[in-house]
Amino acid sequence: MGLLDRILGRRQPTSSDIAKERLQLVLVHDRSNISPAVLEKMKDELIAVISRYVEIEAAGVEVAFTHSRTENRLVANIPVVGPSGRAAPGQPSRRSRPSG
Amino acid sequence: MSATVITVTSGKGGVGKTTTAANLSVSLAMLGQRVVAIDADIGLRNLDVVMGLENRIVYDLVDAVEGHCRLRQTLIRDKRLSELYLLPAAQTRDKTAVTPEQMVELCDQLRPDFDFILVDSPAGIEQGYRNAVAPADRVLIVTTPEVSAVRDADRIVGLIEADLKGPPSLIINRLNPEMVQRGQMLSMDDVVEILAIDLIGIVPEDKEIIISSNRGNPVALDGKSAAGLAFRNIAGRIMGQDIAFMPLKGGGSVFDRLARFIRG
Repeated sequence: MGLLDRILGRRQPTSSDIAKERLQLVLVHDRSNISPAVLEKMKDELIAVISRYVEIEAAGVEVAFTHSRTENRLVANIPVVGPSGRAAPGQPSRRSRPSG
Repeated sequence: MSATVITVTSGKGGVGKTTTAANLSVSLAMLGQRVVAIDADIGLRNLDVVMGLENRIVYDLVDAVEGHCRLRQTLIRDKRLSELYLLPAAQTRDKTAVTPEQMVELCDQLRPDFDFILVDSPAGIEQGYRNAVAPADRVLIVTTPEVSAVRDADRIVGLIEADLKGPPSLIINRLNPEMVQRGQMLSMDDVVEILAIDLIGIVPEDKEIIISSNRGNPVALDGKSAAGLAFRNIAGRIMGQDIAFMPLKGGGSVFDRLARFIRG
């Protein structure tokens, strides 16, 4: 790490930072008692349910535990299939997709 | 008066359970307490060698449980401290030779004659661990500032909570202040934040631990050793004394720190 980076406070993570980060994440999994297989099953069921209402890109769905200082979260990242040029909320959409 | 049973456990092996059990037993005895240290690691006993009492073993824990001798006959009096005793594990048997209920009964028989009963747990979370924890009034979890040891300690915290044993206390062993300062080792604060349990002691990494175990003289008997002082402080805290955590050296001079800062 360069001296300039250090003076400017641009700090690269040390190995102890990495250890802490990895530990916190692995412990979220350990404490949840949810195996990767169960998580995968949950993901498939989520995809099935959400697909009934919204067209999603099933291959891009990610379900994972995350943590912050104060809380642990189960975060699902679900890409929706559709045009990117959507209207802002409250305004009529330029194009409405057929439902179903 | 009835003894308090304290179990020293960790999940992971090799983090210093036996060293901790030996040194806390010695330290409590140095404070005038009547102490018995029980080696619950049946088949892999080591508390005897760490305490330097391996040549005096006649009967062991399994002999007493199976009724081959009276419990009193298994107790080996320490050669340095008259109020310290060791109850050795059997070396030729395995963890299934005793049950958790038998361990509870064994400790109950010892309680009237002692102030503290320290139980040295084997590694793992199987029957040996359950035998060691069953009689505990209080559990001390030993970890080192390493990812694997902290993870296993977290597992033990969960098991102790499920056992309704009351909150365990944490001992961080083999902390190297210089490495912490360089960002190369998890700090005391990191480990406490991750495990979220009460800290009762930090033991610095100290070559004297190995030298003293070579000789069978627990380091707590050594007035000059930093680790020895750390163990004596933990014993004081167990007794309810308010002892501040010792400042961990490691900064060096201002110039050292500046040099480190520039080097990165």
